[in-house]
Amino acid sequence: MTDAPPTPRRTALDARHRALGATMTDFAGWDMPLRYGSERDEHTAVRTRAGLFDLSHMGEISLIGPQAGEALDHALVGRLSALAVGRARYTMICDDEGGILDDLIVYRLGDEEFLVVANAANAQVVLDALTGRAGGFEATVRDDRDAYALLAVQGPESPGILKRLTDADLDGLKYYAGLPGTVAGVPAMIARTGYTGEDGFELFLAPDDAERVWEALTEAGAPVGLVPCGLSCRDTLRLEAGMPLYGHELTTDTTPFDAGLGRVVKFDKPGDFVGREALEAASHQADTVPPRTLVGLIASGRRVPRAGYAVVAADGSAIGQVTSGAPSPTLGKPIAMAYVDPEYAKPGTEGVFVDIRGAREPYEVVALPFYKRER
Amino acid sequence: MSNPQQLRYSKEHEWLSAAGEDGVSTIGITEFAANALGDVVYVQLPDVGSTVSAGDTCGELESTKSVSDLYTPVSGEVTEINEDVVNDPALVNSAPFEGGWLFKVRVTSEPEDLLSADEYTAFAEN
Repeated sequence: MTDAPPTPRRTALDARHRALGATMTDFAGWDMPLRYGSERDEHTAVRTRAGLFDLSHMGEISLIGPQAGEALDHALVGRLSALAVGRARYTMICDDEGGILDDLIVYRLGDEEFLVVANAANAQVVLDALTGRAGGFEATVRDDRDAYALLAVQGPESPGILKRLTDADLDGLKYYAGLPGTVAGVPAMIARTGYTGEDGFELFLAPDDAERVWEALTEAGAPVGLVPCGLSCRDTLRLEAGMPLYGHELTTDTTPFDAGLGRVVKFDKPGDFVGREALEAASHQADTVPPRTLVGLIASGRRVPRAGYAVVAADGSAIGQVTSGAPSPTLGKPIAMAYVDPEYAKPGTEGVFVDIRGAREPYEVVALPFYKRER
Repeated sequence: MSNPQQLRYSKEHEWLSAAGEDGVSTIGITEFAANALGDVVYVQLPDVGSTVSAGDTCGELESTKSVSDLYTPVSGEVTEINEDVVNDPALVNSAPFEGGWLFKVRVTSEPEDLLSADEYTAFAEN
């Protein structure tokens, strides 16, 4: 006898996705929409108009108490106690060896309240680590994964769409900031964050309100071309924007310095933090013997480099590995992120190829990101 | 989704037109397969003049998310490939039974288990 496979978790919007004809996919134990129609059209909608995403699989964890900031300073690599109320920060949680357990967005909702958003696949790991690491601090770690649905509206039209549904001061809301408000009459934490490279908002709300807000956004966005968007275009959008994805660019075998994100590690914060010693060594190592560097690759041909494919020199010797690759709808060419030996990392370096199932295809090395919106 | 009655189908989701007087059949993939792949971004087709054998891999279809082998449902000599689809792979999605055809084969033999449109529809829907 074998155990039945675990039933995938479904978001509060599951019935809506099915009614819209979404192609569903298993993602970290969740049944999530991959695409509703053409992923290319969804991608283009976010770049030029607006897209609506259900991201309720993301893991929310609250830290509450007079020492919540200090607990996060100890648990994470950033200095979260210095974060102003209403602001958000990109940070990471590392293990004792400096390996990345997850990358996170942390919002400071109040003097004594923080909201940590973890990747779905790592939410339990992050929850367990935070619970352990907060011991000894006057802070409570609360599993809020079931307390929130998360919707994202992303794209240049998103401020106009949201303004029709909220009294919150969106003009005063900076990038990487969040404030409590109401959307379509229900309470929400409205954050100007996202994972697409566009202006946009993420809305944390009660699962019971998710349908109502989805519907209101769909209606308000229809005149300007908002469409529902799945995880497939989310991946090409973040790839064009040069944003790392856990499990691809970031793993427990990678330190923030290996990933070119050493700036998120704040050695000058008070008190000790998990991974400090190993991260100091990694920082020193990165300064003296540069590790493989994360770069962008653009194909001249049409074949798409995939995660795990070898980056090779003209003589066929391995000089790196692709971590993410996809056809870029915006550039009209296949693109990839890859770790390459430092001598091949300079933009414009000649003689860089990807081994695509036996064929050596030439690539141009470029600085990340591939795409940056005009501000 | 409707599968044209005049075509025959393989369980690998290719379609095959009835051979013309010259014995040449046109081959493509079905709308069901095109939808399952997602947006097709690259096609690699067999060389004109090459010989293919029913059931063998003879090319590649690459979509945003994955790479799939292309099989030939029949044996014979490749007489033509669709250059339009090489230049614009999205034709596979937009017109799988028409402008998105893939290659033509002068058929020397074909397997006995090719499906009719109704049989294929029942197969694909399961």
